[in-house]
Amino acid sequence: MANVFARIGDWVNERTPGLAPMYRKHMTEYYAPKNFNLWYYFGSLAMLVLVNQIVTGIFLTMNYDPSASGAFDSVQYIMRDVEWGWLIRYMHTTGASLFFVVVFLHMFRGIMYGSFKKPRELVWLLGMLIFLALMAEAFMGYVLPWGNMSFWGAKVIVSLFGTIPKIGPALQEWIMGDFLPADATLNRFFALHVIALPIVLLLLVVLHLAALHEVGSNNPDGVEIKKGPKGNRWDALKPADGIPFHPYYTVKDLVGVGFFLLIAAFIIFFAPTFGGWFLEHDNSIAANNLVTPAQIKPVWYFTAFYAIVRMVPSAFGTAVWGVLGMFGSIALLFALPWIDVGPVKSIRYRGTGYKVALTIFVIAFFCLMALGMDLTDEYFPRIFGAGIDITLWDNVFGRIMTVAYFGFFVFLWLYTHLGWEKTKPVPDRVTTHD
Amino acid sequence: MTKPTLLTMSRLLMKRLLPAFVLAVGLLVAGQPAARAEGEGQLMASGANVRDQASLQRGARLFFNYCVGCHSLKYMRYSRIADDLGLTEQQVMQDLNFTGAKFQEPVISHMPPEDATKWFGKAPPDLSLEVSAKGADWVYTYLNTFYLDPKSPIGWNNTTLPNAAMPFPLWELQGEQVAVTKPGSDAVEKLDLAHPGKLTPAQYQQATRDLVNFLTYVSEPAAMQRHRYGVWVLLFLALFTMLAYLLKKEYWKDVH
Ligand code: HEM
Repeated sequence: MANVFARIGDWVNERTPGLAPMYRKHMTEYYAPKNFNLWYYFGSLAMLVLVNQIVTGIFLTMNYDPSASGAFDSVQYIMRDVEWGWLIRYMHTTGASLFFVVVFLHMFRGIMYGSFKKPRELVWLLGMLIFLALMAEAFMGYVLPWGNMSFWGAKVIVSLFGTIPKIGPALQEWIMGDFLPADATLNRFFALHVIALPIVLLLLVVLHLAALHEVGSNNPDGVEIKKGPKGNRWDALKPADGIPFHPYYTVKDLVGVGFFLLIAAFIIFFAPTFGGWFLEHDNSIAANNLVTPAQIKPVWYFTAFYAIVRMVPSAFGTAVWGVLGMFGSIALLFALPWIDVGPVKSIRYRGTGYKVALTIFVIAFFCLMALGMDLTDEYFPRIFGAGIDITLWDNVFGRIMTVAYFGFFVFLWLYTHLGWEKTKPVPDRVTTHD
Repeated sequence: MTKPTLLTMSRLLMKRLLPAFVLAVGLLVAGQPAARAEGEGQLMASGANVRDQASLQRGARLFFNYCVGCHSLKYMRYSRIADDLGLTEQQVMQDLNFTGAKFQEPVISHMPPEDATKWFGKAPPDLSLEVSAKGADWVYTYLNTFYLDPKSPIGWNNTTLPNAAMPFPLWELQGEQVAVTKPGSDAVEKLDLAHPGKLTPAQYQQATRDLVNFLTYVSEPAAMQRHRYGVWVLLFLALFTMLAYLLKKEYWKDVH
């Protein structure tokens, strides 16, 4: 048997001599720092979720009907009449939310350990492009089941483009192919969701990893292992602190996969709507342009950005500022490598100011999220008394948090460009591993 | 000596941040109401439990006796009800199916929507996804808060869904509630049972609990399968994770 495999291997190698070296370059001879911690699981988990979305998505596509008259019914058909349809759909819906959980943590890791800094700016930029594509993908996917929240969510999000002066209204119509989200909208969103954006995502992920493997991974100490001493057990010229990705990190990532699947399976089998967070109650009502849901809000992973739209006031007769604020909040993440130019990468050796700023940034992000989800409307009266003016409280709270969000970038720019940061000495070698 | 302490501190930070995040999300979810819906006042806890098959069977019987005259369950087939509720084809066709539909067909009410609109001002909605949309507690509370209202064209009103167009079909079971208003206003303070029905209040609550339980099942029949397979999947994954962990430990022995 082994003989047969060896012969097949030889046969392939003779015909594509580039394949085995490529495998070695990215697997057995890719030397990753030996001190990766918990935060380094999320890249491989993001790939796992991407594969899950594609595979379950293919099966959903076999039974889904992308028309305004048939979409809602076809989802119920999948849930009730298609063999294992409910499992496929819950894997896809849970996967969508967990994708964002994983990617948010993955991005936070990048910020915390300075993985976006030289020489990994391109890895970061490609990652941000992935994030944009992922948001577009998720938004369009959310419209497909054609529930009432799909409809109104689409209407509100597309109307953001309508705030652009002059071209806004025409642009809005062009995106939807109609005056309201309608059959034409659903058809094109389906096409983009099942083929166009997945291709873009896959391509970007390949580039993301290619860019990463060119420069090598960062690590929790922010130490460049390529600049450290050379020579390990496998190769006298490779970094002393590096270990082959395969088999060391493949088996380690497998443990992460196990834990992740446990959490995912728990949600899929025991809490697939996740209390109305992953699958919203109003989406159990078919799309209806005459019945407005009590609260129109996007799914949880968009809410922080959506809150910023709401918090920036209109001025000079246009509401476009909120939309600019939202895009700005993402644009600043793109620009991070040029905003935070501090020489020390990892939070472990950075100044106290940085740690405080990052903590405030995270808190602001969660608060904006809560605001975008309308949780504040529920909790403020409970905490501060039923008589309060909720709109006023929301606005004050939300604007403080919006300022904190943007303030993070302003602070980082000043802190690192003006040399205010007092860093700790960075060790020459990586310090820990498990 | 500042370095080691800072190091342990930051490591502690990493170790704590993630669990803290998970915990925060957990708390937020736990604090979320199961569903919001229009209507006033506190919702009563339905106690619906789709694992209680006897309750589901009683609920189905109530639905087909009192509700199907007006409401359809267009996504629910009679045959599926039989499978999931442990009933035979004969039982379902004799005891539940009064519309003459075939066993494989979905539950469609005989009431023509045009007539319904004429009679009630509004066609009775399909109830296949009612519990998914509004929550079991909302439906349970709704069924417990009908009261006689001479001002309403149909004679009934409801505190959970004010000015509901639905005449109260379970009145002979619950009896007739009347509203006690706050002095000098129209606001309903509480409901009093003016004329008891065939059931005691406790029995009536159980009956509506069964009915809501049945509708919860109808909203998501897959829940039966989820519960059946879920535990095994988790056990398998736990074993997988443990083996993966042992494998990792073995491989990493020589990393120093
Ligand atoms: C589909 C989504 C994504 C996939 C599949 C993915 C995949 C990966 C993988 C497998 C790694 C190496 C393992 C690791 O470091 O965890 C990685 C590293 C990295 N990713 Fe992503 N990624 C995605 C999205 C993003 C996004 C949105 C960003 C940020 C904007 C990003 C920024 C980075 C950075 C900076 C690194 C290098 C980390 C380091 O060396 O410390 N990625 N990515």
